[in-house]
Amino acid sequence: MQQFVNLTLGGVITGAVYAAFALALVLIWRSTRIVNFAQGAMAAITTFIALSLIESGQSYWVGLVVALLAGLVIGAVVERLVIRPVEGGPELNAVIVTLGLFIAIQALISVLFGVNQRAFVAPFSTIGFRVGDNSLALSPNTLFTLGAVLLVMVGLTALFRFTRVGLAMRASAFGQEVARLLGVRVGRMLTLGWALAAVVGSLAGMLIAAEVTFVTPTYMDALIVFGFVAAVLGGLDSPVGAVVGGLLLGLLLSYVRGYVGDELVGLAALVVLVVVLLVRPGGLFSTTQTRRA
Amino acid sequence: MSDLQTPASAAGAATSDAPVSATAASNASSAQATGGRTFLPRNTLLRHLLVLVLCAVGAVVLLESTDLGFNAQIGYVAYYAIAAGGLTVLTGLNGQISLGHGALMAVGGYTTALMLDAEEPLPLVVIFLAAVALTSLVGAVVGVAAARLHGPYLAGATLALAVGLPGLALYFKETLGGEQGLTVSSPDRPEWFTEAIRTLSGGSPSGVKWIAYISVACLLITYFLLANLMRSRVGRTWRAVRDQEVAAELAGISLGTWRVVAFVVSAAAAGLAGAVLALVVRLTAPTAFTIVLSLSLLTAIVIGGLGSLFGALVGSVLLVFLPRLLRDAGESLDMDAAQAAEISYVVYGVILVVVMLFAPAGLVGSIRLALLRSRARRSARG
Repeated sequence: MQQFVNLTLGGVITGAVYAAFALALVLIWRSTRIVNFAQGAMAAITTFIALSLIESGQSYWVGLVVALLAGLVIGAVVERLVIRPVEGGPELNAVIVTLGLFIAIQALISVLFGVNQRAFVAPFSTIGFRVGDNSLALSPNTLFTLGAVLLVMVGLTALFRFTRVGLAMRASAFGQEVARLLGVRVGRMLTLGWALAAVVGSLAGMLIAAEVTFVTPTYMDALIVFGFVAAVLGGLDSPVGAVVGGLLLGLLLSYVRGYVGDELVGLAALVVLVVVLLVRPGGLFSTTQTRRA
Repeated sequence: MSDLQTPASAAGAATSDAPVSATAASNASSAQATGGRTFLPRNTLLRHLLVLVLCAVGAVVLLESTDLGFNAQIGYVAYYAIAAGGLTVLTGLNGQISLGHGALMAVGGYTTALMLDAEEPLPLVVIFLAAVALTSLVGAVVGVAAARLHGPYLAGATLALAVGLPGLALYFKETLGGEQGLTVSSPDRPEWFTEAIRTLSGGSPSGVKWIAYISVACLLITYFLLANLMRSRVGRTWRAVRDQEVAAELAGISLGTWRVVAFVVSAAAAGLAGAVLALVVRLTAPTAFTIVLSLSLLTAIVIGGLGSLFGALVGSVLLVFLPRLLRDAGESLDMDAAQAAEISYVVYGVILVVVMLFAPAGLVGSIRLALLRSRARRSARG
């Protein structure tokens, strides 16, 4: 029973991080119809920037802010320089460009920061709360993780619902030509969308780094897969779907990790992905209309 | 795939349009179709046989005139090139991307390692065929799922395969060796090979040389088979499925079936590549079949030009020799070896992006298209 409770708690927490990461993928997919496979590597490099600041004596919070800012800049620059030319072109070209970015940035991390794994100290205690004699998989740090993800979701919802910029971004994603005719600077909105997504991705990277406590240049490899699976679970088009998909996937993988084996988590994600794509290609929440596969 | 690719198909017919699609290289016609001056026979099978014999002679000369260290490098080129050839069929001809070929190579590699480890190992040919058959089977399963996906969905699904499948090697520790992997025992070198090398160059043959010869033989056979396939009805059907889904369906082509067939052929090549890798590297471990391997293969076929076997070979040669150059450069800049080795991956990534942005047809594709254009201009002038 205790194991089940702890696996569920753990699942919700990792699920929240998957959800944030999936949200970043969905933001980009909605505006440019591109899956950013470089998201993980972009997040990892910002985490490493923050880590070297923290190791040089700065506080965690300075590191976090710098990481998010770095994410913002990287996202905008990447969109403007290398994504803009392939937007709207053959989809294979865009996929290959993001994969190229993925491999280049990941290797760049190794070149700049070394290939060895480094300790990442969480901002809050990671010792679980106690109920009676049992220790729960819930600590001040995991509460911080949950809170941060929740804050981002509320913030993004508010941005898209209640602000002019949010409206313009939704318009550019919905119908580029119409938005352009109505005076929306579509190009800028796309750049902003990528920048925002990169910030959310960086946050997910920082949070997962605190959970796993050790980071290597490749520590986000699995997360890009889990984020993608979560986003597809939710339909790749809907932010709410991404959040629900992330939580569901987090729970499922947590049970697989606890009851079957840590090694098979990646395979379980693959099975979920294939089943969803074959049975409900539009995601769990699709109504009648589906993507032409 | 999409209508956006139509201009690229036209580029193959020697228009002056710049190639916009990554798969443009495969549309440039062979000597037969252009009817240009050529010394090669017009019959496709004869022409390919002639090229095969010439390449085989060239390979023997190359292997005998270089030292053992270089022979080993040729083995590396061979397994990259075999896998890249298979990926070329899938991505270049049929328009399906796969990031899972590293995992498929693992299936072939582990099969070879396990079968060579037996008390009385079967003949090498049988082991290779078994590796190819098993990988084809896995490829068929993946292909059935993949046939219904496209673009980013397919890339994501195969990426999940590449990350998930090596987990099996960790889960079944007893048989598959876990993190350490399996050491591959070297196959026995037959007597006739020793004799043949003695009469040929007078040198004493070694295990490394025997493996290099096996690798090159596998490479040549694979490319011969793939080249024939690409120029046949099958290849044309794949191109039709890639460029014009609706037209292909109207012509009675079953899209799904042909996509699965492309995946199986491609997986078979990946399985053989994995088997050769096991012999060359003498170790199969999960760390050898990471996502980086799959992305390196993608780099090879993109540099060379999607859809061209020669391009895949050129890309594989770069994949083996570029890291050495860069490592030396990195070490002269006072980097440690592991860091310097990563520089090559930065370069691969940048190459992928730059090629896609400025020359989507790749090295071989761009040169072919330029040739076709200049020929068209000349004939237009009269």
